[in-house]
Amino acid sequence: RFNKELNSEFYEELEEILILSDVGVDTTQKIIEQLKKDIRLRGIKTSDECKQLLKEILIQFLIENQDEFVITSPTVITVVGVNGVGKTTTIAKLASKYKAAGKKIILAAGDTFRAAATEQLEIWGQRLNVDVIKHKEGSDPSAVIFDAINASKARGADILICDTAGRLHTKTNLMNELSKIKKVIDREYVDAQKEVFLVLDATTGQNALQQVKIFREATDITGIVLTKLDGTAKGGIVVAIKSEFKFPIRYIGIGEQADDLQEFNAQDFVNALLDF
Amino acid sequence: MAFESLASKLQETFKKLRSKGKLTEKDVKEAMKDVKIALLEADVNYKVVKDFINKVNEKAVGQEVLESLTPGQQVIKIVHNELVELMGKTNTHINFASKPPTVIMFVGLQGSGKTTTCGKLAANIKKQGKRPLLVAADVYRPAAIKQLQVLGQNLDVPVFTMGNNINPVDICKNSINEAGRIGSDVIIIDTAGRLHIDDEMMNELKEIKEAVKPHEVLLVVDAMTGQDAVNVAQNFNEQIGIDGLILTKLDGDTRGGAALSIRAVTGKPIKFVGTGEKMDALEPFHPDRLASRILGM
Ligand SMILES: Nc1nc2c(ncn2[C@@H]2O[C@H](COP(=O)(O)OP(=O)(O)OP(=O)(O)O)[C@@H](O)[C@H]2O)c(=O)[nH]1
Ligand SMILES: Nc1nc2c(ncn2[C@@H]2O[C@H](COP(=O)(O)OP(=O)(O)OP(=O)(O)O)[C@@H](O)[C@H]2O)c(=O)[nH]1
Ligand SMILES: [K+]
Ligand SMILES: [Mg+2]
Ligand SMILES: [Mg+2]
Repeated sequence: RFNKELNSEFYEELEEILILSDVGVDTTQKIIEQLKKDIRLRGIKTSDECKQLLKEILIQFLIENQDEFVITSPTVITVVGVNGVGKTTTIAKLASKYKAAGKKIILAAGDTFRAAATEQLEIWGQRLNVDVIKHKEGSDPSAVIFDAINASKARGADILICDTAGRLHTKTNLMNELSKIKKVIDREYVDAQKEVFLVLDATTGQNALQQVKIFREATDITGIVLTKLDGTAKGGIVVAIKSEFKFPIRYIGIGEQADDLQEFNAQDFVNALLDF
Repeated sequence: MAFESLASKLQETFKKLRSKGKLTEKDVKEAMKDVKIALLEADVNYKVVKDFINKVNEKAVGQEVLESLTPGQQVIKIVHNELVELMGKTNTHINFASKPPTVIMFVGLQGSGKTTTCGKLAANIKKQGKRPLLVAADVYRPAAIKQLQVLGQNLDVPVFTMGNNINPVDICKNSINEAGRIGSDVIIIDTAGRLHIDDEMMNELKEIKEAVKPHEVLLVVDAMTGQDAVNVAQNFNEQIGIDGLILTKLDGDTRGGAALSIRAVTGKPIKFVGTGEKMDALEPFHPDRLASRILGM
């Protein structure tokens, strides 16, 4: 599909591929500039070599800060993100994965707002045979987390995973609620390893950058989970996110079932993104 | 480029160009690059942007712009008008059947906001003095039925369910009888979220459509969707056939350019926009407002 020569049309095609994958204008330009520079440095002449180089550049972007994810006992994972991205389902997938690795898991139904959010998590809890700590709809999410921490201690859980209600990052009061949850965890579970996973939907466009920017202010994001990569969206926005924020991308979601979770792999991701 | 800055950015670009003397056609084309970037940053599809820019270029190189003292503003005005044009006329009415019940079916990707919007539309329709019936045809997502039941309860709108061990096609068929039995005149069907490339699940929608012959098939789309919006909309439209769109989650700071792409590839009207999680957060669609938003004005 490429021209033989590395002319402006060729670069425009690359630009099109990257932008159509949601990489965004700024990051695409940054990547193309880097590509042109490296082409000169290495004296690359063919489009095949150039494509290979582009892959390398993207992988370089993505592997930065991708330290190995080690879970010590006890660990609290809080899962946050905007509405409908796949937080609750991701929690079920994480629980399933860690349980299979022999960990004792407790789930906290910290979404006390959305209709039947607690019931949704409870059904997952039943399916996976994992305890779920819950309160009534409309109660204070921090209180649920507080109880879940105590239950985790009492029952000797290795990992507590906290669900939170979907919230748009522009809603200040809801973002403050997240800060409050963080405070409760810091105060009540001093010796626990603290993780906060921001869930992003691969279908999301440039707004995902804004989401990272503002969620990061309300809480200490330690990793990103990119869901819904089983569709046709490429999730290229994480390239932009990575180049701006450096958070490790921990997992990807590739379906609606408990085992549809994979560890993020930069090489596989780039191969799927570029499709050549 | 910051959102609000397209106008000033264009003004800046033109000022630079003008310092060379007279503005030329080439200068306007140069400035259109700023517009192109702004649209891409708003998530309008790359191909849609390309077509759009080519079309608008011709209008923007007219004498009016070249001789204007504020060519930046002129270009924005032209672009804005073209965007409004492309997004179509306001058309937020639901096609009610001459012989009730009216059947409305919601479809879309996972998590786009279907169930919530079913509730909102039921609330809206109830206010118009009609008697909606919500139908729980998502038998897959954990607690999807319960979610709809909670919404129905809060709104005092009946919810028809047959549990999750029955085929959704049969549930929908039976809901017609139920509507007759309890005197409902509008049936609102909540279907499970699905990927447009999932043949089995797309077939289920075809079968439901065939069985209940809906008067409205509404595609629910998350306003934060990026470049993929065109694939999603095109697939749902070609495979199922849609009558309109509902754009959700516009209460955030997304610029919502996906709406333009979807509109461009399907030609279907955007009927409502969702602006919150509560049941009253459903508003009629205003093309001019969305155009301004996409341009960051
Ligand atoms: N295809 C696909 N669907 C997914 C994936 N992850 C989640 N979903 C679906 O997306 C929808 C929303 O998932 P939830 O887990 O309820 O999302 P959430 O972020 O908890 O939603 P709220 O709590 O309402 O904000 C459900 O239909 C899930 O089955 C994924 O990786 N792929
Ligand atoms: N802020 C905001 N949130 C919304 C809006 N519409 C829906 N939501 C939220 O988006 C999330 C997903 O909504 P649902 O109605 O469950 O979406 P769905 O399409 O039915 O999801 P599936 O059935 O899993 O495919 C929930 O947290 C809703 O509260 C909106 O207009 N604004
Ligand atoms: K979504
Ligand atoms: Mg949830
Ligand atoms: Mg639903």
